[in-house]
Amino acid sequence: MENLIWLLPALPLFGFLLLAFLGSKFNREAIAFIGIGSVSLATIVSLYLAINFISSPPENGFISQTLWQWMQVNNFKVTITFHYDALSLVFVFVITFVGALIHLYSTEFMAHDEYYSRFFAYLNLFVCSMLILVLADNLVLLYLGWEGVGLCSYLLIGFWYKNIKNGIAAQKAFIITRIGDTSLAIGMFLLFKEFGTLTISEISQQAVSHSSSSITLIALLLFGGAVGKSAQLPLQTWLPDAMAGPSPVSALIHAATMVTAGVYLLARMHTIFELSPAAMHVVAAVGAATLLIAATSALAQKDIKRVLAYSTISQLGYMFLALGVGAWWAAIFHFMIHAFFKALLFLGAGTIIEAQHHEHNMFNMGGLKDKLPTVFKTFVIGSAALAALPLISAGFYSKDAIIWYSLTAQNGSPLLWLVAIIGSFITALYTTRMVVLTFYGTSKTSLSYQPGVRMHIPLIILAFLSVFAGFIELPHNFGHVTLFSGFVGKALPTTLLKIEPSESLFQLIAAIVCLVGILLGWKLYSSNREKVIDLESGGLFKFFFNGWYFDNLYKVLFQQPYFFLARINKNDIVDKSNDVIVGISSWLSNQLATSQTGSMRWYVMGIIAGAIMILTLQLVL
Amino acid sequence: MISNLSSDYVFLLAAILFALGAMGVVIRRNILFMLIAVEIMLNSAGLAFIAAGAKWAQADGQIMFLFILSMAAAEVSVGLALIMQIFHQHKTLDVDELEQLRGDRK
Repeated sequence: MENLIWLLPALPLFGFLLLAFLGSKFNREAIAFIGIGSVSLATIVSLYLAINFISSPPENGFISQTLWQWMQVNNFKVTITFHYDALSLVFVFVITFVGALIHLYSTEFMAHDEYYSRFFAYLNLFVCSMLILVLADNLVLLYLGWEGVGLCSYLLIGFWYKNIKNGIAAQKAFIITRIGDTSLAIGMFLLFKEFGTLTISEISQQAVSHSSSSITLIALLLFGGAVGKSAQLPLQTWLPDAMAGPSPVSALIHAATMVTAGVYLLARMHTIFELSPAAMHVVAAVGAATLLIAATSALAQKDIKRVLAYSTISQLGYMFLALGVGAWWAAIFHFMIHAFFKALLFLGAGTIIEAQHHEHNMFNMGGLKDKLPTVFKTFVIGSAALAALPLISAGFYSKDAIIWYSLTAQNGSPLLWLVAIIGSFITALYTTRMVVLTFYGTSKTSLSYQPGVRMHIPLIILAFLSVFAGFIELPHNFGHVTLFSGFVGKALPTTLLKIEPSESLFQLIAAIVCLVGILLGWKLYSSNREKVIDLESGGLFKFFFNGWYFDNLYKVLFQQPYFFLARINKNDIVDKSNDVIVGISSWLSNQLATSQTGSMRWYVMGIIAGAIMILTLQLVL
Repeated sequence: MISNLSSDYVFLLAAILFALGAMGVVIRRNILFMLIAVEIMLNSAGLAFIAAGAKWAQADGQIMFLFILSMAAAEVSVGLALIMQIFHQHKTLDVDELEQLRGDRK
């Protein structure tokens, strides 16, 4: 069994190499076959490993496989080792399974694209890097995967590079996540300085008995990396722009998997964070602030993909809130459910956009309920999960756990709970707005395309999971199923409660808030479209529409001073000193050139005078 | 007989010949005469080598003279060919008139 782990990243890597080097030689069917085939095989391997792992759990809670030694400098040794435990299992399952569905969807979505093989090559490389990230046994290997997914994200956002805007969005995503990556790298250096190793299990062992003031700093630096990758405050601005990429890319990279790498990192390094309550508080506060800011921004967006992008930031905020208060398994549970329903929503949005002549603006849509019935049904199921519709949607169970723990868990507080509840209300509101504007009302744009079966299958499977995946974990006051927390709990610390008020009351509050949000949204947006536009022309909505003006703030704080300095130095001040040397040589050359008269006599005289001078010098000296 | 002659006189003669040759190169206007003056300078140097070889009883001086002789032959043939070409193209052998060869400076 342990011999199979290497296959997980190796299969997509093989697919990538095949497509990258021989892609132009294959026809479209072969490209699609390789693209889907490599990820599907990885999915089968991951399911096989998961079944084996669950049916006969290893004694120490993980399986590891060492492939070879990567590098060794003195006693610093890095090996290519994969570490497969309950936490990795959940991530590997989501990455391969959702990844395979999205590959299937892409074969139809990208069917007429010029660069078919390049697209699948990038997607395969992404899956490979992401699997390396979540399977890495040491931080150096994790960093390799971390940078690999960043690269693929950049390549896929700018996939349609002929439009310069896409290229700029890709660069923005790359540069902003780089800020986080630098922070992560410095955190790793400090970890090595403290512990002398970068192997995660060794760090965990040593950290328990280690007390150092730099732990908080390390935790915050690691969190900085997560903030960049997972688009949290204050580095969240790249994700809405990243929607420039094709919709399957948004579904796979910018909703389901890559952006949750930060959540994974924090869960993986939980021993470090547990030692530093201050860092945990920061994580919770950043998560709470992000979820509120992103949710309000989602409320005012006109582009359906931007709504989903801000909603992703907001849901990631919930995950970080859960991590911050110490509800480790709840964050991972929400990650899994979120991957299902957000991939579903992005794929649905992609279909809608494709079917509406590439129209992104929801205000130009409407009336799609009857025209795209399957998309409508699945999209509503996904939206219900996003809005956390009580009892029936999976999103309710995962989000309710987070809201509950934000009050009761170790680092929880009433304020965090209040923010989470308000966020859940706004989530319900903007989700309803999105559904109503897109599917109800009168039709604005004609249908240009009817999605085929390869688009419908992933939507239906994901819709199924968006409902039923929630039932593997039910709160203890009804049902009390703990399949997920019991399983992931083996790899993560248990969630400690500091108070235990009646859970039912708080669930009721959460459910009512969500229902009120949905009803209010229905009432507001199903009325006259002009009224809605009127309502949203206010100053507050403009503020939300522009994402709280973070982009403008960064423009004033960083871009403009940089451009100012660049303008001052336009003529290159350092280069001026070189210009002086050039000028002197040139002047001397011109002076000597006047002696080139062409008169033979003068030349001979010059030679003779020179000879006499040298001879005289020799005699005298 | 020559062994009685002090080599210093021969050096002096060589120096005078060299100076005459150099002066010829400088003051003559006709290229043909300038070439002859250069030949005089070469031969004065050859004479100095011979005298030096005799004074210190070394064969090197005479070997050097053989080199100079063969080089002078080559030089004269190339020089005369060049002079003919110059005359062909410019119909003159006056160096002062040939100053135009320097071209225009940019």
